[in-house]
Parts: sequence; structure tokens; C-alpha cells
Amino acid sequence: MKKTMMGNYAASWGAQLARVQVIAAYPITPQTLIVEKLSDIVADGDLDAKFIKVESEHSAMAACIGASATGARAYTATSAQGLALMHEMLHWAGLARLPIVMTNVNRAMAPGWSIWADQNDSLSQRDTGWMQIYASSAQEILDSTLIAYKVSEKVLLPTLISFDAFFLSHTMEVVDMPDIELVDKYLPPYKPDYKMDVNDPRSFGALTDEQYYYEFRYKMQEAMDEAVDIIKEAGKEYEKITGRLYDLIHPYRCEDADMILVTSGTIADTTNVAVDELRAEGKKVGNLRIRVIRPYPKKEILEVVKGVKKLAVIDRNISPGYSGIFSQELKSALYNEVDIPVRSYIAGLGGRDVKIEDIKDMANDALKNDAPNDLIWKGVKL
Amino acid sequence: MVIKFQKNDKPVIITGAKDMPPMGAALGSMLQNKTGSWRNVRPIIDYDKCIKCFICWKVCPEPAIKIVDELPVIDYDYCKGCLMCAEECPKDAIDFEKEGK
Ligand code: SF4
Ligand code: SF4
Repeated sequence: MKKTMMGNYAASWGAQLARVQVIAAYPITPQTLIVEKLSDIVADGDLDAKFIKVESEHSAMAACIGASATGARAYTATSAQGLALMHEMLHWAGLARLPIVMTNVNRAMAPGWSIWADQNDSLSQRDTGWMQIYASSAQEILDSTLIAYKVSEKVLLPTLISFDAFFLSHTMEVVDMPDIELVDKYLPPYKPDYKMDVNDPRSFGALTDEQYYYEFRYKMQEAMDEAVDIIKEAGKEYEKITGRLYDLIHPYRCEDADMILVTSGTIADTTNVAVDELRAEGKKVGNLRIRVIRPYPKKEILEVVKGVKKLAVIDRNISPGYSGIFSQELKSALYNEVDIPVRSYIAGLGGRDVKIEDIKDMANDALKNDAPNDLIWKGVKL
Repeated sequence: MVIKFQKNDKPVIITGAKDMPPMGAALGSMLQNKTGSWRNVRPIIDYDKCIKCFICWKVCPEPAIKIVDELPVIDYDYCKGCLMCAEECPKDAIDFEKEGK
């Protein structure tokens, strides 16, 4: 069934279709609408779930951890400062190997107080052991929620689904809602091998000395490695019921490209349009959208970029003191494998609009200049 | 591979990651972890004062207080000497002495 809805509501309906059993959340703009809608859905009896109102995001994640440990399908949503407040609990969820799915509406970190799009919030949580997806349409938000539970419950790692504030969260798009019967078949109830159960008592989070801790880290890495193929399989299986295919990376017109732009989030969709226009001008440019950054799809990326003469990365985030984070990740993937110059652009921080012309400017700059460059500030007012 | 880590006295032998569950959470129940060796103070129950409310049994964080013949009995294999039982006892029936005396 097709409906027009905001990106935020696509997340709410995604959680409803996934039949989440526990929702624990604290409001924060621009995420609030997601859980507000979910509380309506629960109150209306359209979802058999426990909605827990908590006093902070830290508690929201703690409640999700408790729920997930007992074997319930748990969900929450947040943004920026709220995600940062969860930080300790994110490590906990990751190492406790709990398949929680969380939506994060990418919002700039304060100060200056900002509610607009910027990826620094979620990328600051890169090393907490969560898989990370960056969606670029409302449809993808809903679809990713279903796929994320499927993958998370298989590899026992939580998933963070992020998307740009306002450009997606508050923008109306047409979203096709798959039939619940199909979703139920795709995503059966969660049945964990280990859970908190009074009839089979186990200690949770007990002291783990150096004889075992190291191996748990090793096992987490193994799970991340396995997740690459499982994300692909879950995507293909989802395509069978909906006709929509999701992969870790989404290349666009990359086959014969001389130069590839590397993008994520909503900038990636705008870049597809820019690529069409540049192609019409005779410039052989492609766009590689990175949809999943953890696990990092290194092999898949190399496969797409190996023959290309140049790469240009656009980052809506920055690691202060170095450079854009997608750029760092890409360069570390290329090192020891292929020698391709990379030009790295920072654009759109704090929700500044990145228009088709801006992307064409960056592409033309990269086409003209052969020298690699770690940090180019697109449109900074000096 | 699903390994059943048991609460009985037959722990599974772990030689490496392949024998381990995915998370520390599932390594076993606290019955496998004899925390008695941590203790440097020893709680002692004065049964003349005890009213059998079992608050001590409830607050004890280890499997260290058992109910035997309707009385709380401390199992020193597990008692780690935290004295939560003594703190919470409404009748001050639990005193303690230094370990090694
Ligand atoms: S808390 Fe005190 S009074 Fe109550 S059962 Fe324990 S020792 Fe007895
Ligand atoms: S001191 Fe009391 S509460 Fe603490 S472990 Fe021993 S019996 Fe339990």
C-alpha cells in the first residue's frame, strides 16, 4: 500500500511492521515525531508493544538493553545530543550482543545550538560495535528497519539507522508499505539462544577477566565480518517480497566512469542528479553511495573503484584535527590495494544545503585538479 | 554452535573463542563463580535476634544466603563480605568480624 509520509513516520511504520515489542524513548528534535507516532500506534492497539517513557536517552538505551536481554524485540530513536548521552550504553548493547535497532536522525552536535543535518553524531559512535546504515529516502528508512532486525538477530549485533534531519525527517515522500503477511514471513519472531530467564538463570554482564575478554572482542569482529554477506542476503530476500534491493554500497553510473564521487545520506541522491547532468556535458563521472559503514564494505568498494583515475569524497561530517570520516575510511581501504588520488570535500555541515550546483562544482574541481587533497572546505565563508 | 553453559557443577571447558557464547552475559550462572575468596569481613547472624523476615536473603547480591529449616544461613563459599545484609537487617541481627582472625 502506498502512502505519503515524512521520513520520520517511515521509521515509525517500519518499527510497527517489524512488530517491535518494547519501545523506550525520550523526545528530541528532529526525532520526536518517530516515537510520538509510535506511542499513537501502540495506544490505538495497532501494535502489541510496551512503550516505556524514560527520563533520559541513557535510560532509553538501558531499557532497550534489558528488554532485548529477555528476548524481546526492542526499538528506540534519537538524535545528536541524545545519542551522545547513550554512548556508554551503546558499548554495552554492542558487547552484550543484543540485536536492538535504533533510528538516529542525523543532527549537528551543539554548540552552536543546531537541529539541522550533520553526521557527526552517529559517526562519533562508530566504534561501539553497532552496524551503521545511512539511508537516503523515506522508503529506505522503512525498508532498512525491517532488514536491520533480520540481520541484527542473525549476527547478534545492534543496528543504527541514520538519516538527515529535515531533508528526510520532515520531508514528505511516497512510501510503499509492504503487506504485514509478507513482513511476518520475512521477519519471524526473535528467538535468542541466550536470554535472561528465571527458569534458566545466568549472570549478565559479570566480571570477565583477561582470559576471556579478548576473545569476546574477537567474536564481535567475526560477527561484523559475517554481517557483510548476511546484509547482502537479507537485502536480496527483501527484494523478492518488495522488488526493492538494498546493498552495502549503491554505485550509480560507475561502470565506465573516469572519476567517482563517494557520498552518503541525502547528498548521495542529489549527487545522482548531478552525475546525470555532468554526463550530459560529456564528463564520465559516477556516484558511489556508501549505505553501510559498519561493517565496512572494503572489498565491495575496491571492486567498484579499482579502475578509476580519481575519487572525490563528500563528507557532511568532520573529525576535527584531521578530515572527513568517510574520506579517512575510504583512503584506509585503498592503501596497500590500489593507488588512486583522492580529493576530500567537507560540505553541508549543520544542515547547510548542498545543491546540485554545489556537487557539480566539487566534481569539476576534482576533474580539473589531479593532486590529492585531504580537506577542501566547500563554500566556507572566509 | 549452541553451547549450554550450565548452572550445575559441570562447567563447559573453554579452550578458545570457538567454545564461547557470543556475549559474556551467557558464560554461566553466578553459582559457578565462588566469590567467597573476595571476603575480608565475615557476617555472622545472631539467631536470637533474627525475626526471619529474609530481607538479607533478598538483598544479598550473591547466592550466599540460603534458607535452611526456615532460617537464613550464610554460605561462605559465596559470601563476598559486602555487608549489605547487615546494613539492611531491620533487627541488627547481623554482626561481622574481620576475616583471618
Ligand atoms: S534480615 Fe535480619 S532479621 Fe531478617 S532474616 Fe535476615 S538476619 Fe533475620
Ligand atoms: S555480606 Fe551478606 S549480603 Fe554480602 S555477600 Fe555476604 S551474605 Fe551476601
